[in-house]
Amino acid sequence: MSAPTASPSTTQAVQPTRRNQELGLLIFAWFVGSAALAIVGIGTGDGLPDRFWLTLGVTAGAGLVAHAVVRSLAPYAEPIMLPTAFLLNLLGLAMIYRLDIAASQRAIENGSPEPTPESLGQLTWTILGIGLLCVILLIVRDHRKLQRYTYISLLLGALLLLMPLFPVIGHTVNGATLWIKIGPFTYQPGELAKIVLTIFMAGYLVTHRDSLANVRRKVLGVSLPRLRDTGPLLAAWVLSLAIMTFEKDLGTSVIFFGLFIAMVYVATQRFGWVVLGAGMFLVGATLLYLVVDHVRVRVEIWLDPFQYANDAGFQIVQSLYGLANGGMFGTGLGQGYPQLVPFASSDFILAAFGEELGLTGIMALLLLYGILVQRGLRTAISCRDVFGRLLASGLAVVFALQVFVVAGGVTKLIPMTGLTTPFLSAGGSALVANWIMIGLLLRISDITRKPSPEGAAEPSASPQRVTPS
Amino acid sequence: MSKALTRVAGTCAILLIALIANLTYIQIFKADEYRSASGNARSILQEYSRDRGPILVGREAVAKSIETGSDLKYLRRYSNGPLFAPATGFYSLVYGATGIERAENSVLAGTDGRLLFDRLQQLIAGRDPKGGLVSLGLDAGAQKAAFEGLAGRKGAVVAIQPRTGKILALVQSPSFDPNELSSNDSAAIQRYYKQLTRDPEEPLLNRPLASSSPPGSTFKIVTAAAALESGQFTPQSVIPGPARYTLPGTTTQLRNASGTACGPGGEVTLTEALVVSCNTAFAWLANQLGDDAIRQQAERFGFGTSFEVPMPAAAGRYPSDLDEAQTALSGIGQFDVRATALNMAQVVAGVAQAGAVMYPYLVTEISSPENTVLDTTAPETFGQAITATTAQQLTEMMVQVVDRGTGSNGSISGVRVAGKTGTAENGENQPNTVWFTSFAPAASPEVAVAVVLEKSGGSGNALAAPIARAVMESVLGR
Repeated sequence: MSAPTASPSTTQAVQPTRRNQELGLLIFAWFVGSAALAIVGIGTGDGLPDRFWLTLGVTAGAGLVAHAVVRSLAPYAEPIMLPTAFLLNLLGLAMIYRLDIAASQRAIENGSPEPTPESLGQLTWTILGIGLLCVILLIVRDHRKLQRYTYISLLLGALLLLMPLFPVIGHTVNGATLWIKIGPFTYQPGELAKIVLTIFMAGYLVTHRDSLANVRRKVLGVSLPRLRDTGPLLAAWVLSLAIMTFEKDLGTSVIFFGLFIAMVYVATQRFGWVVLGAGMFLVGATLLYLVVDHVRVRVEIWLDPFQYANDAGFQIVQSLYGLANGGMFGTGLGQGYPQLVPFASSDFILAAFGEELGLTGIMALLLLYGILVQRGLRTAISCRDVFGRLLASGLAVVFALQVFVVAGGVTKLIPMTGLTTPFLSAGGSALVANWIMIGLLLRISDITRKPSPEGAAEPSASPQRVTPS
Repeated sequence: MSKALTRVAGTCAILLIALIANLTYIQIFKADEYRSASGNARSILQEYSRDRGPILVGREAVAKSIETGSDLKYLRRYSNGPLFAPATGFYSLVYGATGIERAENSVLAGTDGRLLFDRLQQLIAGRDPKGGLVSLGLDAGAQKAAFEGLAGRKGAVVAIQPRTGKILALVQSPSFDPNELSSNDSAAIQRYYKQLTRDPEEPLLNRPLASSSPPGSTFKIVTAAAALESGQFTPQSVIPGPARYTLPGTTTQLRNASGTACGPGGEVTLTEALVVSCNTAFAWLANQLGDDAIRQQAERFGFGTSFEVPMPAAAGRYPSDLDEAQTALSGIGQFDVRATALNMAQVVAGVAQAGAVMYPYLVTEISSPENTVLDTTAPETFGQAITATTAQQLTEMMVQVVDRGTGSNGSISGVRVAGKTGTAENGENQPNTVWFTSFAPAASPEVAVAVVLEKSGGSGNALAAPIARAVMESVLGR
């Protein structure tokens, strides 16, 4: 857990900033991403893809700016998360380029007009996302200040979640009401809601964790919380069910509920909350299965997708065929048929990687996420203030749950829910939100490792002394 | 708190392991099942993404793959589709492959064991795998002569090099255009395929290899061979050849085409019987020999065997359990005797090659993508159908058929041609099927040919012999 020279309690000792390590990894990530992009072009047989040099230049610039900003504004930040996220982002871009090429080939074949390349939008969103990372580091100089906005975050989060249901700006795509549309721009506010609600939960749990940790009784060896303390859990449960029912977004509701249980557990250390949460999840899931049609359909497709291979199960069946085609080492970038899976660039981008890079490639990607989550949780563990710990663990858990839910769905481990894969999938809303989350994690890790005296003695930083409300 | 966080991290690790385990299950253990699933378009697309090797006739690629730059990376093109269709077959996205495309798929696709070394080289060089070359022994000139001769009439032509069994011509009419079945537009493929299958002329049927007809008088070669081989008859043996022959055990009378006796006093030599194609004489002869002797003789010429050329061809049929009347009819190639053009070409090729019947084959060479010959077909003897003496006698008799008998249109000036006509009845109110089968030059045969025109009416000499002559002339360079 601890570095040999310094334990978390003695971080006042001189800390290396490890910025050069980060720069080295960023350059490495950029080379890997650029190579992937070049291979995509060669693999599809057209030579280097359109806007190749532009993309290389822009991503190199974005990486360097991010690095410069971190160096000056968060010099003690954890050095691995940024390059990991950067690498995932670039690999996603390469795969989106690859799918663009397939789409344009198809258009030429059918004589239809060439579609707008998704990669162009994704590149713009990448710049915007990395830009927002910088803005977060600039504005949020100390994550502990975010605790002040606990209840504003709750309001904002609720507002963001409800926005797609508002008249005029609300927008439904493929049956899910997740978008708002203002002019030509669409945005999924739920992605940002994830962040502000994590901030809210962290802030709320800092003040309420003692009362939540009170144990009423033991049932079958598990300590269960008092009934009157279960209010927030019930609220989260109802909120998840509401998202599920009204916005038809299975994935987001699962993530919210999972996030909430994980954070309450981390805050209280009471396993009873997990048992209770899991129970409520099962009850909710059963209810939805019985009452809501599209949930039942999803489950039935999951149980036997081949029975619906030509209609509702087409997507997952194509995904499985793609993964099978990839086998151990994959077909090579640009040499498979990932475009046969509908929504290959967004929800099913992992299937595309599984086909063209094989089991080895998709395992490498999952391990990159593993590193990201591990570094996030590590940041939480070494953080000295409770709010920071909860916030960091919450953000890490969001990444973990999101990857599990989407990868599990694509590979038929769990029912398909329809979510973006962090950093990889085409879609700006999620990409921007993911970069903001990295920004917050970098900030927390920077404050944690910073050798300045103010770091250790903040009022809320003492885990033992929090007044119950 | 750290303990809870450690547990959360542990849970994340378990989730990660679950994902990887499941992916391993799908991508390794279930992969083969998914890859071969019928609804999986990837396997077809993958085949179409390979640079499939060409099929060559001489130096010309009669089938080759060209790059399209689309989803289906390659397109199969046939330079002279309908002409070579019975040999090449088609290579369809929707209906699979036929002909050489199917029989030699492993070579053309590059997966054949003989191409292993080349595949490794390509792999190391990082090039896309290419398919091997398949060279056919077809003679493009003979092929064209046959196709033009058929001129749209329903029928088939097969020419064989007697010495080797190499197929020089494999032609059918009506034919189809494999280009249209092998396009990249599945809707158009289906439209064309339906049109072909609805056509009563059955253009998709591989006539030279699979369409069997009663061989009629051409089968008299087999009966004559059996007679000579029996030792009871010589070409000069005098046998009855009356105007009518009452089929034993019936009151049915068999007549000659001319309606008259074949010779003075209703008697005729065996040679003369063949020259004028005397039905009554050969019916009598069949009864003398018995059905077993004729069946044995037919089988020595390859009847009853399904040859793989390399696509499987229909076996010629000489029926079993015949009564005497049926035996008499079978002796003149009627009743249930059935033969394809290939079967009859093999009979005359056997006579031409001093009695030795060779295995027929289309593919002469298999080459690597870099045009290195990897495998050459060695001619193989199927068996000795008749003795060299019998063959010599039969050849003489058949030369006279062309010189002064029923097969006059098969003659080529300056070349001694051995041949035999055939006209087979197809039952009441059905036009006759006509045949001509021959080889040349009689002394040292270079080509044996069989032409069949199904239900064309007319006579073999008038309709089929000119086609056979054109094919022989083309092979002999005349």
